[in-house]
Amino acid sequence: MTLADIAKKLNLRVLCCTDRLDRVVSGGYVGDLLSDVIANSRAGDIWITRQSHRNIVAVASLKEHAAVILALGKEPDDETLEKATDEGVPLIVTNLSGFEVAGRIYELLTRS
Amino acid sequence: MNRSYEKTFSVEGGNFDNAGMASIEIKKILKDLQISDDVVRKAAIAVYESELNIISYARNGHITLYVTDDAVNVDVRDEGPGIEDIELAMKPGYSTATEQIRQMGFGAGMGLYNIKTCSDRFEISSTVGEGTHLSIKINRNGQ
Amino acid sequence: MKLGDVIEILEAKLLAGDERHRSLDVKTAFSADLMSDVLAFAKAGSLILTGLTTSQVVRTASILDAAAIIIVRGKIPAEETLKLAEELGIPLISTRYILFETSGRLYANGIVGCVEKIGGTANGAS
Repeated sequence: MTLADIAKKLNLRVLCCTDRLDRVVSGGYVGDLLSDVIANSRAGDIWITRQSHRNIVAVASLKEHAAVILALGKEPDDETLEKATDEGVPLIVTNLSGFEVAGRIYELLTRS
Repeated sequence: MNRSYEKTFSVEGGNFDNAGMASIEIKKILKDLQISDDVVRKAAIAVYESELNIISYARNGHITLYVTDDAVNVDVRDEGPGIEDIELAMKPGYSTATEQIRQMGFGAGMGLYNIKTCSDRFEISSTVGEGTHLSIKINRNGQ
Repeated sequence: MKLGDVIEILEAKLLAGDERHRSLDVKTAFSADLMSDVLAFAKAGSLILTGLTTSQVVRTASILDAAAIIIVRGKIPAEETLKLAEELGIPLISTRYILFETSGRLYANGIVGCVEKIGGTANGAS
């Protein structure tokens, strides 16, 4: 399952790095506490969060996440978007809640 | 207007251990007064956010609950730094919270906004260096 | 779904609450580590799924009339948090799964988000 597949099936809005949508998503992680995400998420995860501070880009880049999804209509700060573009971290936004978007991605990943 | 119930709670700034105590007591009081669940919940959320604001930012404060025939009213006064730009502070996502507050899962910048959405009438005034005053009204008949 | 089914699906433990809570009906859930978000968006009767274990989680759940708290990643709250949950009558469940897996398993079994999408529907807004 690639980022492009997930974005298309769930009708998600990709804000940057659209040239990287061929990345394979191997799992998911839901978390709003950066220390937890750093400690427990894995490479290839699609990270679902409500944090929009630019620190999320550093975390996603460090942990080699496939992408970051901002849930419940959270828009990133300009700085965050700029940094994500520079670092090559796809930023995705959705109006879905974290639970809903995690559930739908989980279904896509477990069925594929 | 007839005030059928009134009570004031003191809240100590910085005392995170007790955060939510006043809100839970107010919730019990409102339930005992047989106010509808939806109104109780809105009032409890508004008081909880207010309580957290006092604990997170002010030296101390008081929350006064008074219930009339047609509304639940909450008056929140704190002694603290005050808010410089109220419009900015009301914006969802804007926060000046410390790392300690964020680690507890608060300080996401939803507090004042959330209080406002729970209220049928919401007024805020603040004096920098003195404190902040919130006036919250939730109608008992839904609208 | 009954809370007992939720516990089974998540291979979880009921840390606070008693047997009668297992027959509680649940339909909706909200996943978050930010209690501000829980307060803003979660609805009465929902499951609250979180990685936090502080007493604030219990108070938040109580204020919202949440059905139960599900703590993820195998975390066990401090004794005083469990005591508070007992006092306030909020069932508290601990599962070893991460928040993504916990959300996914419940979703796959028919639990839906208590708020599907935003659109000016924060709590209290009518």
